[in-house]
Amino acid sequence: MKLIIAIIKPFKLEEVKEALAEIGIEGMTVTEVKGFGRQKGHTEIYRGSEYTVDFLPKVKLEIVVPDDSVTKTADAIVKAAKTGKIGDGKVFVLPIEEAIRIRTDERGDSAV
Amino acid sequence: MKRLLTNITSGFWKAGLIAAACAAFLAVPLSAQDMAADVAASSDTVVAAAETAVEAVAYLPQGTADIMWLVIAALLVFFMQAGFAMVEAGMTRAKNACNIMMKNLMDFCIGALAFWAVGYAIMYGGGGNSFIGWDPTYVMMSAATAGQDGALSAGWFFQVVFAATAATIVSGAMAERTKFITYCFYSLIISLVLYPITGHWIWGGGWLGEMGMRDFAGSTVVHSVGAWCALAGCILIGARKGKFGKDGSVHPIPGHNLVLASLGVFILWFGWYGFNPGSTLVAVDGIAHVAVTTTLAAAGGGLAAMCVSWIRTAKPDLSMTLNGVLAGLVGITAPCASVTTGAAVIIGLVAGVLVYFSALFVEGKLKIDDPVGAISVHGVCGAWGTLSVGLFGSRAVDILYWDDATAIKDGLFYGGGFHQLWIQLVGVASVFAFTFATAFVLFMILKATVGLRVSEEEETMGLDIGEHGMEAYPDFSVRQN
Repeated sequence: MKLIIAIIKPFKLEEVKEALAEIGIEGMTVTEVKGFGRQKGHTEIYRGSEYTVDFLPKVKLEIVVPDDSVTKTADAIVKAAKTGKIGDGKVFVLPIEEAIRIRTDERGDSAV
Repeated sequence: MKRLLTNITSGFWKAGLIAAACAAFLAVPLSAQDMAADVAASSDTVVAAAETAVEAVAYLPQGTADIMWLVIAALLVFFMQAGFAMVEAGMTRAKNACNIMMKNLMDFCIGALAFWAVGYAIMYGGGGNSFIGWDPTYVMMSAATAGQDGALSAGWFFQVVFAATAATIVSGAMAERTKFITYCFYSLIISLVLYPITGHWIWGGGWLGEMGMRDFAGSTVVHSVGAWCALAGCILIGARKGKFGKDGSVHPIPGHNLVLASLGVFILWFGWYGFNPGSTLVAVDGIAHVAVTTTLAAAGGGLAAMCVSWIRTAKPDLSMTLNGVLAGLVGITAPCASVTTGAAVIIGLVAGVLVYFSALFVEGKLKIDDPVGAISVHGVCGAWGTLSVGLFGSRAVDILYWDDATAIKDGLFYGGGFHQLWIQLVGVASVFAFTFATAFVLFMILKATVGLRVSEEEETMGLDIGEHGMEAYPDFSVRQN
């Protein structure tokens, strides 16, 4: 099992969700986050003075998938979230040791 | 039947007059249809009857009309309190919104009682001297306790909302860091003595009024007085935490709701139609011209501030354009009944440019933290508006509201030389000197006794929780930085 963490542009969430649904992903956790990478922040104006907003709003998705689904899931996210402009985000893949479905006590792949 | 109906519609107002006349003469109630039938019967009778009716109908007496206009105008000015509250809340952070609301409420509540107790007597009492007025019958409005003097009651009501306007200007400038109890004491003193004294100089028969100074609706009397108090307070209290970097760089602290701030500016603009036209104090035709000059200057101020911001920062800046509208309104307040419509546009445009650069200067060069721009809007543009009477003032316009003896001399640009400009300058300077000095002493005393500023911890947490133990938006997460 792998945990896929994707940080994407907020307005791309709907497209990513649909792309994942098409390849059979049944669940995900979504968080509104702020941060910056190479895009840095942007400048805003208030009462005649400019100031920098360092942290831009992004959406973070967390999806746990069986090992054999990692590539197609990551590909689906990258394809759906891409605009080609700076600030599109990143995808990280982490190993997962165990997963438990609380309701049934199922373990491993069948729990995700 | 059809003919009868036509007659009713076309001659309905005549029919009304005749109905009144006939009722007076015959004391017999008749229906409008019967009257209309009479109208149709003889047009000669109609004219004769209508003429009689003009004499017989009880029209609104001028005295009552004056009182009515003054009360309506005062209601509009009262609503400006809501405008100030929205502007100040919108331009400050969410964690201090309750505190701003409370200050706007209390400066009116405390101010109204103080102005009732002695403020009005100091401002308008004829028994004092040219520096300070006094009239024991005005103390606690004893001359109109039981409503026996309608004109006095209307006059007091109209003036108390002006006093409250001057008082409330300070709350925005000193926002987000001032102790609430300190602000209450300040509200008491400005409405009790500070505002009434300089008000007496210009409006209450004092020395500036005698000199021929023209401040029709209070660019100096109301707006500058509030702003000079704010200036003294802001200097003594210092900037909000995080406003200036160690190297003196300016860090903007964006307000939490520019939609509220914009609503506030619309409300203030609306209320200004009581502020300026109401300052005729009587129901005369001239209120229309004042409404026109007020509109044009506000529009000019907003447009000018927007253009300057667009050129300077490449984007039209809402927060500054809002100040621009208010700057135009403050600017036209003194000359609203002394200038032509064209001059009103120029006064507004200049005010809009002035407020933009003044706000940057106060912040960037003087390092004074004024979250809403009150010092620039009300102080600088108040002074500009007062001086503009000496530049654009036209005796031909002014005399419509005054008489031969009291009308102003033509301004500099109208061939009148420096005479009026000099008087206006003396007014601006003396009111600044008196108000700034007394307010400075007042805030020094408050600083040494109850203290001016909340603790650093409270400022970070927000004055809503620190001063009032509540939040304006308990269901939302509020930034505490």
